[in-house]
Amino acid sequence: MNKVFLIIQREYLSRVKKKSFLIMTFLVPSLFIAMIFFVGYLTKKGDDSKKEFKVCDQSGIFKNQLSNSSTLNFTYLDGNYDQAKKDIRKEKNAYLLYIPSDYAQSGNTEIISEKKPGFAVVDDIETQMENILRNKKLIAAGIDTAILNNSKAKVSINAKQLTDEGEKDASIGATFIVGFVSAFLIYLSLFIYGAQVMRGVIEEKTNRIIEVIVSSVKPFQLMLGKILGIGAVGLTQFLLWIILSTSLSTLAAGYFSKDDGVKAKIEQVGKTTQGQEMTKAASSNNKVQDFLQAADTINFPYIISTFFFYFLGGYLLYSALFAAVGSAVDNETETQQFMLPITLPLIFTFILGMNVIV
Amino acid sequence: MLKVSHIVKEYAKHRALDDVSLEVETGTIFGLLGPNGAGKTSLIRIINQITGPDEGEVFFDGEKLNQNHINKIGYLPEERGLYKQMEIGEQMLYLAQLKGLSRVEAAKRIKFWFEKMGMQDWWKKKVEDLSKGMQQKVQFVATVFHEPELIILDEPFSGFDPVNAEIIKDEILELNKKGSTIIFSTHRMESVELLCNHIALLNKSHKILDGSVKSIKNAYRNNTFYLETTRAFDIANVKTFELLNSAKSDEGEKIKIKLKDGFSTNDVLSELIPLTGINYLEEVIPTMNEIFIEKVKQLN
Repeated sequence: MNKVFLIIQREYLSRVKKKSFLIMTFLVPSLFIAMIFFVGYLTKKGDDSKKEFKVCDQSGIFKNQLSNSSTLNFTYLDGNYDQAKKDIRKEKNAYLLYIPSDYAQSGNTEIISEKKPGFAVVDDIETQMENILRNKKLIAAGIDTAILNNSKAKVSINAKQLTDEGEKDASIGATFIVGFVSAFLIYLSLFIYGAQVMRGVIEEKTNRIIEVIVSSVKPFQLMLGKILGIGAVGLTQFLLWIILSTSLSTLAAGYFSKDDGVKAKIEQVGKTTQGQEMTKAASSNNKVQDFLQAADTINFPYIISTFFFYFLGGYLLYSALFAAVGSAVDNETETQQFMLPITLPLIFTFILGMNVIV
Repeated sequence: MLKVSHIVKEYAKHRALDDVSLEVETGTIFGLLGPNGAGKTSLIRIINQITGPDEGEVFFDGEKLNQNHINKIGYLPEERGLYKQMEIGEQMLYLAQLKGLSRVEAAKRIKFWFEKMGMQDWWKKKVEDLSKGMQQKVQFVATVFHEPELIILDEPFSGFDPVNAEIIKDEILELNKKGSTIIFSTHRMESVELLCNHIALLNKSHKILDGSVKSIKNAYRNNTFYLETTRAFDIANVKTFELLNSAKSDEGEKIKIKLKDGFSTNDVLSELIPLTGINYLEEVIPTMNEIFIEKVKQLN
């Protein structure tokens, strides 16, 4: 047992002392945070640019029907299509929405512009046009306009979980994200640390030190020590990542909370929702509010402990398989053919995990 | 000390050891000789419990070989290897502790050996910064620092320059004097025949010869002598020996002779003294190489 401990100690220290370990430990959370900021920045920036749509409607169905939003502004042209097409090239950030006269029959429309319109924009316009057409058809079929306006229903399911302490918000969105991120982290780390075990085995073989070691300890002790040692490296790295990410994001949160206006707005929105006043603007902000509330209800100690439990279980299984691959080959290039039998079940369980989470 | 009895070891399509038995007595220097692929390393790996035999048993001090014997054996493998990225000192401490020494004791002994071999300032160096000969020295220390009762050296002198080979040889002899039993394994038979008391010859998975070096050489004496005389004489008339070959030199004639049955060297001398002056008469003792070649020829 003492010898296993010695091996664990060597495997652990020789890896933790490496510069690459330190770099990874600090780089990953920084990259993670930077990525979040970057995505946030891009989304924010994308929202700002307002898109000008000139509607050339030869069918006459959609005139003054399309509604403006924070990102879309519709103006209606009377001129002919060819003239409009020429004009649109002179303007930046302007789009020509062309609806031919036989639109009702063919169902074809065109957006003509210098820049490509985004997917979300096209989707938004399509939905609006579909709604307008449907309403028109319903009215033509003899349905009262008043009934039609009342029939717009908004449903929001609030999932509650029954526990010993009573009802709790099930916070579906937040659990999905936490589940996905955890599953992905386990999947990734099994590969990273499993491959490290494999490389360790190959290294000892190519260095020829294996004969010296195996004449001192049992091969089983060597494998156990190696797997546990590298597993401990993985756990250390995760712990450092959690600590670093938490402190970094606390700092980031501190920075954001200075922006009192946003905070006040969110609180304000929260109050209005309690007053049962459902406005469109409120409902979109409401999601953020919901998510923040949901994140609060997640039992993080429980999540983290189950994460470590499953990481360890998966790691012990897969690192042993990786070690087997390492012992079967003489150098790393030969490992590829043996990797598939290991990779397949790993990917399969990952997909299975996604189904469970969703 | 070590008894190997009827060992059979088979690999996929190849029988590496076929019914090999031998005995190594305490305090001897035992040479395990044979050409490449004879099965020497397979046998050594079984003694070191790296692999197990398919048939047969190994006894250490009368006990069946088990894990407790690991710390009593020091093994220098033919394929030398150390962790390239680790500091030498740390590495030696690790290996010594794996052999059952405490950290304090290990540090003490490593310092002792480093001083003895002139490697004091290597402690913080990494293996990749050392020359091959230096690595060999480190590895040799790693084999012997736990003062094992049995030291197994597989091709110990390969990779050493003559000066370092001499140092290692002296260390081995000193360890033997202190009571360690030593097994040499090599295909360069001439390199160890002067060191060994006992040898075993392996060829093509079989042991073909073993015993003390003296008795083997005695068994292979064939009454052949080198004779150098001050002047030529008529060989056709001598009764006690026959000529095998001859070579002229400035001082006289150097010839290789074989005694005829029933005559001794004294008879040769008394017959020659009236005929010529004698510079020397020396017995031709076969080298291990010659014995091996003759033995293999006999078997074929």
